[in-house]
Amino acid sequence: MPSPKDRRYTREHEWVLVEDDVGTVGITDYAQDQLGDIVYVKLPSVGTPVRQMEPFGEIESVKAVSDLFAPVSGEVLEVNAELEERPELVNLDPYGRGWMIRVRLSDPSEVERLMTAEEYDAYVAQEAQA
Amino acid sequence: MVPFAGWEMPLQYSGIIEEHRAVRQSVGMFDVSHMGRIEVLGREAASGLRRLCTYAVDRLAPGQGHYSFLCNEAGGILDDIYVFRLASERFLLVVNAANADKVRAWLEAHLPAGAQLADRHRSTAMVAVQGPRAVSTCAAVLSAELARLPRRGCAELPWGEGVLFASRTGYTGEDGLELVVEAGTGTALWRRLLDAGAAPCGLGARDTLRLEAALPLYGQDIDEGVNPFELGLAFAVSLDDGADFVGRRALLQVRQEGPRRLLACLRARERGIMRAGYPIYHDGEEVGHVTSGGYSPTLGVSIGLGFLPPPLAKVGTALTVGVRGRPLPVEVVPRPFYRPPRP
Repeated sequence: MPSPKDRRYTREHEWVLVEDDVGTVGITDYAQDQLGDIVYVKLPSVGTPVRQMEPFGEIESVKAVSDLFAPVSGEVLEVNAELEERPELVNLDPYGRGWMIRVRLSDPSEVERLMTAEEYDAYVAQEAQA
Repeated sequence: MVPFAGWEMPLQYSGIIEEHRAVRQSVGMFDVSHMGRIEVLGREAASGLRRLCTYAVDRLAPGQGHYSFLCNEAGGILDDIYVFRLASERFLLVVNAANADKVRAWLEAHLPAGAQLADRHRSTAMVAVQGPRAVSTCAAVLSAELARLPRRGCAELPWGEGVLFASRTGYTGEDGLELVVEAGTGTALWRRLLDAGAAPCGLGARDTLRLEAALPLYGQDIDEGVNPFELGLAFAVSLDDGADFVGRRALLQVRQEGPRRLLACLRARERGIMRAGYPIYHDGEEVGHVTSGGYSPTLGVSIGLGFLPPPLAKVGTALTVGVRGRPLPVEVVPRPFYRPPRP
């Protein structure tokens, strides 16, 4: 299934949906499928600064633990508290209720360095073959 | 699919948690053909195996099985195995895949001339059917005889053109059966069980299930430097039947002096997942490491196993596990983490 075209993507399989100067961040459908059953998401607290392509949290599936990388720099405005009780929302609805953090962008031009949906889908197709 | 001890094995089918629940609530099945299967036959099969097994397998009646260890002279575990007595002069050993070659060589080198080996690893397939509905499912579609097998019991039954070996054993903490058929009929057996409603389960669920049951895994919790008393599995060591076996002298000493460390069950008291290799701390001092760890789908928290000095291995001890630099509070809890409700 093609990735939503309204957002941008990292090589580490996070997405960011930018509205004005606020970016909502999550992981892609491909990422949740690769991870399998997600049982714990460790997120930063509100106010924490994050930097583009640096870890902002961790995601644990039954199989393994992975870092979460920030697609954009800025300050955490909001975290998805629902994931604390229901981490499986990331599996069920990775582009919707499985969102993780909202960030006030410190440098909106960073978004241009991220992949478009088409570029990301091509990247994933290549990774799946490798 | 993932590589495992030289075999290509499915990590999951529908998803680890869904498969895990199928086994806890209904019935699931695992292709465990990778497990080594070795028959030992002959006049000296029983006495020869007694010389190598920690458990008094020569006292098993035909149709009975038991868990045992194969130890070296120092009491270190070469493998943990299941021994079934099929007939008075015929035994089936089910051994770990990663140790199958080592065990076969050990048996060849140490069994007397009156005991012969027949390696059944490639010529047979093995399926474990596990869960509260496992036995009734198998009884309905394979053979009604299966419902009469006692715990740890085994039987060989006619099935199709061939023979079906079945034992009331498993590695999940649930009731269930382990089945062995000729390799060519393995697929037919699998389809039959699938049609009867058994959920296919992979290595991922096998690991979460055995961890909840606190069953140690060779290569992770067990190696040749570990002895049975450290695992808390003295029920598989017979030191008082008057028979000698490899490792007996060392194990007698361990029993007398007490093990220097014990495998403890750890349960997280906060969110966070302990995994194999993570350090365990007591009062800021590193006292061991997690040998198996992960998420318990039944309990909804992380659980793990790790060796601790005996005073710290007591139920209720508060410890921390270092989860990539952060302390995760854990507690020593009774074994196992999960026990099925009494029917």
